[in-house]
Amino acid sequence: MMSFIIGGMILLSIITGAVGGNMAAVSTAAMNGCGQAVELVISLTGTICLWSGVMGIAEKSGLTDALSRAFRPLNRILFRGLSPDSPAIKAVSMNMAANLLGLGNAATPLGLAAMKELEKVNPVPGTASQAMVTFVVLNTASLQILPTTTSYLRLAAGSKEPMEILPAVWLASAVSICVGVLMTRLLRGRGQR
Amino acid sequence: MAVINHFIVPGIIGGIFLYGICRGVNTFDAFLAGAREGLSTVVSIVPALICLLTAVAMFKASGALDVLSWVLSPLAGAMGLPREVLPLALLRPISGSGAMVLFNDILATYGPDSFIGRVASVMEGSTETTFYTIAVYYGAIGVKQTKHTLPSALSADLAGIIMSAVAVRLFLGM
Repeated sequence: MMSFIIGGMILLSIITGAVGGNMAAVSTAAMNGCGQAVELVISLTGTICLWSGVMGIAEKSGLTDALSRAFRPLNRILFRGLSPDSPAIKAVSMNMAANLLGLGNAATPLGLAAMKELEKVNPVPGTASQAMVTFVVLNTASLQILPTTTSYLRLAAGSKEPMEILPAVWLASAVSICVGVLMTRLLRGRGQR
Repeated sequence: MAVINHFIVPGIIGGIFLYGICRGVNTFDAFLAGAREGLSTVVSIVPALICLLTAVAMFKASGALDVLSWVLSPLAGAMGLPREVLPLALLRPISGSGAMVLFNDILATYGPDSFIGRVASVMEGSTETTFYTIAVYYGAIGVKQTKHTLPSALSADLAGIIMSAVAVRLFLGM
């Protein structure tokens, strides 16, 4: 699926670039884009290692157990197939807590740690399990309670009420998450076979 | 508000270290073990990122976004979206940094408290960079069959985009 999307994007870029006379820009972008990816990884290395390290302490001290207990009612609905005391569910809970707090930098490394744990209990390694699909879809939707960056940009643009969008953001996020989770369930049957 | 934000990250890091020390954990060793695992994660996401970001860079440079927005503009009207926010809706799942630049342009052009500015704000605040997340999360563990992840995630995005205009009308009027 991702192959088609990425292939389609490249093909579309080449066609519009050729028709619109932007081919020089497309060519430069292709050569720079791969470099930018590595630059991004280098800048991410610090935060990923920092939060993975902090996560290591949280695990050793039993903090993740407490957190996963707090998330248990929610996880029981979303991740029915996972045992409530598994390391996977603990990592999933940590990621969700980071998302709710708006710690995007922490959510990614915690999410990747959770994916590793989910792969360990995956009945068919190499193929996404239902728990993985649900977990990734939750992370592609926004769980953030306070959209701080957006509010800050609104303030900087001269908004009189930068936070007035909050109820609308909550409603849009909630509907988006519900639709996403519902779709993971609806499409499950077809994907399973 | 802004002041509280500055306390969150140091507070959480400090709090977890302190809790660890109180529970008698060797926090330095535990940190190093975790960070070492993080380092191997970083290496595992590089190939997926290079592939995705190269395609995104080409897409942005080619002007394909304008063409797509033009083609889809009748659809925007049908979904109750102002056509000015359509490029943002299309770019948001692909590129977080690109969407932020576009979002800033919309705020500067139409004003943050206009209907267009508000819809763009809700959209920016209630969606995430879908493709990046899918590529990185699955890339990190080498899962190739993502099954129904992408259709589910894109349905969620579409619902969020349509709802952003509905929610602004509902809570803030036109």
